[in-house]
Amino acid sequence: MKNTFKMALAVGVIALGATVAAQKIQITGAGATFPAPIYSKWFSEYNKLHPNVEVNYQALGSGAGIRQITAGTVFFGATDGPMTPDQLLAAPGKIMHFPTVLGAVVPVFNVNGVNDLKFTGMLLADIFLGKITKWNDPAIAKVNPGVNLPNLDITVAHRSDGSGTTYIFMDYLGKVSPEWKKKVGVAQSVNWPVGLGGAKNDGVTALVKQTPGAIGYVELVYALQNKISYGSVQNAAGEFITASIESVTAAAAEASAKMPADLRVSIVNADGKGVYPISSFTWLLLYENPKDKATSKTFMDFMNWMLTEGQKYAKDLGYAPLPAAVVKMEQEALKKIKTQ
Amino acid sequence: MKFRLTTGAIASVIVFIVAGIAWILWDQAALAIHKFGWQFWQTSVWDPVSGEFGARPFIWGTLYSAVLAILISTPIAIGIAVFLSDWCPARLRAPLVFVTELLAAIPSIVYGLWGIFVLVPAVREFQVSLPDWIRAMPLFSGPPVGVSMLSAALVLAIMIIPYTSSIAREVLKSVPPTQREAAYALGATRWEATRVALHYARTGIFGAVMLGFGRALGETMAVTMVIGNNPQVKWSLFAPQYTMAAVIANEFSEAADELHLDALVEIGLVLFAITLIVNVASRMLLWQMNRERKPKTRATAPAEEAA
Repeated sequence: MKNTFKMALAVGVIALGATVAAQKIQITGAGATFPAPIYSKWFSEYNKLHPNVEVNYQALGSGAGIRQITAGTVFFGATDGPMTPDQLLAAPGKIMHFPTVLGAVVPVFNVNGVNDLKFTGMLLADIFLGKITKWNDPAIAKVNPGVNLPNLDITVAHRSDGSGTTYIFMDYLGKVSPEWKKKVGVAQSVNWPVGLGGAKNDGVTALVKQTPGAIGYVELVYALQNKISYGSVQNAAGEFITASIESVTAAAAEASAKMPADLRVSIVNADGKGVYPISSFTWLLLYENPKDKATSKTFMDFMNWMLTEGQKYAKDLGYAPLPAAVVKMEQEALKKIKTQ
Repeated sequence: MKFRLTTGAIASVIVFIVAGIAWILWDQAALAIHKFGWQFWQTSVWDPVSGEFGARPFIWGTLYSAVLAILISTPIAIGIAVFLSDWCPARLRAPLVFVTELLAAIPSIVYGLWGIFVLVPAVREFQVSLPDWIRAMPLFSGPPVGVSMLSAALVLAIMIIPYTSSIAREVLKSVPPTQREAAYALGATRWEATRVALHYARTGIFGAVMLGFGRALGETMAVTMVIGNNPQVKWSLFAPQYTMAAVIANEFSEAADELHLDALVEIGLVLFAITLIVNVASRMLLWQMNRERKPKTRATAPAEEAA
């Protein structure tokens, strides 16, 4: 008798479990590590509002995100650099890009007694090319009048791992310096003319903090967290701008006027006043006509939430929220994605 | 018979796994192998943007760092093993063994962090403190940045000491007591008896060193954090360099380009091949050493019995 009861209970529990599982929608994605903190925040907040939607995001890197969406092993991908035309052609269906937030890359340095430095794009390119090797080089002194620059060797620190941060920085240097574009190029990993490689933002931060005379580049949020000096950078309008959430959003707002329909756009060295020049979108990648229509419908609801409600979480995590004009364009673009 | 067949089948699975790994690496790297051929081993340019890939600096960095690590760690590890097996007071032995083996249990990323925050600044200070005539020598040249071949070799040495020392200790422990007793009987001092034991155990100790070498070849995380990740072939201990395992770990996740990915897999294949060569070579050396010893033991055996 007791046994029968137990059995009935067990069957009941299993049945219950099955129905709950049936209602639960699990969505998987993979890609960029740079926006991973805000993506996790969004997915967990969204899960609180809609307990049946569970998004599983694997921060494997932009390259892996592009590979996996192309192979169809994930529902969505994520990348810091837009897919190239070749990569888009390699995918079995049409892939659309959706900017989610913005980030900025700042030049960080460790020069004794100097807290504030101004850089022009050419100056950064020449330093990272190894053409300027001393901190008291006349080219640096010229844009930093009144700063007491020491006779110290410059040690360049860069990312050793392929990364979106590197891509954004390369994109910028490639745009301001033809020599950089020709000699080094623009990619997630490049053949560095000079310097030391540190793994991840933390590795570069540690190298810069410990090496007198070092210069490197990290995401804005890392420089803020580690209280490390970072320089202002001259924008296309000729102003020296210190990176901040506002100056990064300004860059996006400026760019949104000329936004292409597919939303794949680089906003480094954007025109306009008050714009921080080393800024970039980061993107989610979705198929226009996904196989799994039910998941697609759920994910569209999430996307609409992310573009509106979700944006308020960006600032606290060090990202710049999307300008209103871009949100509007994306909401239009989302309508193209098939949900049935 | 049945038992033999089953175990035989299970054992052969290992062979298939090894062959399978080699085949998959070969297959996945096809594009790079086809494009670069043997040039891959010889060229030094690693440029993902223009699609030029050469493994030489990585091969150099891996071998150089592992050899340096062996040179640093072997005397220390054998010293530890000898002390623990022959000289250590019995009460101290268990805690000391525990502590050395604890070194092996520390995750490599922790070694890497320690390397970045303690070792790297120390190496830089050391380099700055050297007199100019030493810093002018090719072996010690370069700007003082701290992250360098020397930092990597030191971290590796510390990481492999527990492996080498605990195996060497086991080997010394397994030396028949008659060996040491015979030495004492001939009037040997304690130190001379230890030398007899070391001589007897030399193939085992060599094996212990080779195990450490194998581990040093493949170590990734701790090395990439302190070596500077700059692909160049240099003798200087203070120059930042790069290893094979490090470049795979660093670039794999973001390699969207097919050729780049294949080149990284080919690096994996090269690392696999080098590990295999090192293992086979050390096995052959061991056989050689054993064969040299055999006639001797045979010759001495009757004498021992007579005694």
